[in-house]
Amino acid sequence: MIVLFGYLRNNLQTKTLYPQWDKIIFGGLLLSVALLIIVTTIKSSQVITPWIAHAMFFVIIYLSLTRKEFKPTISIVYAIIPLVAINFLEDVVRLISINFFNNWEDYFKTAGIFASIWLVAMLIINRKQRKALEKERLKTAEKDKEVKITESLKEALEVQVAERTQALTLQKEELQHTLNELNATQSQLIQSEKMASLGELTAGIAHEIQNPLNFVNNFSEVNAELIDELTQELEKGKIEEAIAIAKDIKDNEQKINHHGKRADAIVKGMLQHSRSSTGIKEPTNINELADEYLRLAYHGLRAKDKTFNASMKTDFDVSIGTINIIPQDIGRVVLNLITNAFYAVTDKKKNLPEGTIYDPVVTVSTKKEKGKIKIKVHDNGNGIPSKVIDKIFQPFFTTKPTGQGTGLGLSMSYDIVTKGHGGELKVDTKEGVYTEFVIILPL
Amino acid sequence: MKILVVDDEKDVQVLFEQRFRKEIKTGEMEFVFAFSGEEALAYLNSHEHEAVLILSDINMPGMSGLELLGHIKQKYLKPPPVVMMITAYGDAENFNTAKRLGADDFLTKPVDFTLLKEKLKTIH
Repeated sequence: MIVLFGYLRNNLQTKTLYPQWDKIIFGGLLLSVALLIIVTTIKSSQVITPWIAHAMFFVIIYLSLTRKEFKPTISIVYAIIPLVAINFLEDVVRLISINFFNNWEDYFKTAGIFASIWLVAMLIINRKQRKALEKERLKTAEKDKEVKITESLKEALEVQVAERTQALTLQKEELQHTLNELNATQSQLIQSEKMASLGELTAGIAHEIQNPLNFVNNFSEVNAELIDELTQELEKGKIEEAIAIAKDIKDNEQKINHHGKRADAIVKGMLQHSRSSTGIKEPTNINELADEYLRLAYHGLRAKDKTFNASMKTDFDVSIGTINIIPQDIGRVVLNLITNAFYAVTDKKKNLPEGTIYDPVVTVSTKKEKGKIKIKVHDNGNGIPSKVIDKIFQPFFTTKPTGQGTGLGLSMSYDIVTKGHGGELKVDTKEGVYTEFVIILPL
Repeated sequence: MKILVVDDEKDVQVLFEQRFRKEIKTGEMEFVFAFSGEEALAYLNSHEHEAVLILSDINMPGMSGLELLGHIKQKYLKPPPVVMMITAYGDAENFNTAKRLGADDFLTKPVDFTLLKEKLKTIH
């Protein structure tokens, strides 16, 4: 009994969990201690004490079976039930008929032994189960610990990830900023490339405008004179002479008009060249465009370098008519290729030993072929060395001395032809003999 | 007086013919035109001593006016004809080169025809 109460207290941890029950159990413990003392000291009490003990056992068993709080003790209760029941039965039988009891005492003793064995066995099993449970609990605790560690690691990782993300975002912003700057620089470079080619053109443009303007001035002066003569002839009554003069005046007028338009076209072309591209494709006479830029480039170089001398040849396919292109952009490509061609022949001539016969020729030709338009710019210059041929379309690649070329001409040309017009820009060259660039445009 | 005019602009012919219509009519002057340095040289080679004056544009595709001048003054049979240079660029470098190569006179575009007529008359 004492052991049982002690066990109950321990097992149920009543002290902390159920203080009311703790008091009752503690009371039971004291009571059973008292009963033990009474039983051992006062012989006559043996008649009553077992009944008190039985009552206490029944209460405990009843509570264990019905009360939620006592559930953990159920295995112990199962263990003691047989012993309690046999003891109770023994006492009851003894009380009712001592004879019967005496006859059956051995059976009761045997049953008591079996009940005791049962109790011990149950206790051992219970102990084992408890140990297993304890192990399980330890394992669970271990697992909890691990989970906690994992969680703390996870948190640490999350913090790190947040930090890294922040750093990456910053880097991304910096890169975006740099990219924007690069884009701005690129457009500046493109603009300066345009201006550089415009600079190359300036002298050519001046020459090309000066000539028609001279004609306009000269022919209008002639006409002024002719009108005076016309008046004189009319005064003299020479009608036929007057009619002849009038016809000349009319012819001159046409010349004035023609040259005025010529100058106008050149100015427009120049403006178109310096203006940023409209990006709009429009029907353009590619032959006129190529011819205009050939003349501008030629006169531009001639004006800059007095010793410059080259023949320009054209071979235009008149069946082309107009094609849909962005005239400013293709004009820029054609100009760039022609300027390069003139540069190549000039370079070759400069470096040839004196007395060598060399006739520098730049040829621009157009051809309609298999639904495509080919614009060829051919020069008999020094060609392109095979070791640099792969680099010529790369931005900033130039063979010209520092400050003379931006290295953007061909790369821009390549982009305009391929990306802007879905065409191809090809090069064919033989070192020391010729270079030929071909713009191939789909119709 | 036969005058060879060299210029790559074809309308120069019409202009000269109209400007000098009176002189042409009276037979005082006769004009021949060439539209490139090469053409001018070919004409001079086939019509030796006929042209007495050459007016040349400096800025021409192919053989430039200055090259033509060099050819005429150095290789042409004596006496070399009078050569007047005309150019759109009145810069010192062209002027000096033309003078060094033996140009007799130097005019800039646009041509002042009144002045040109006076100059031609003094040569005559």
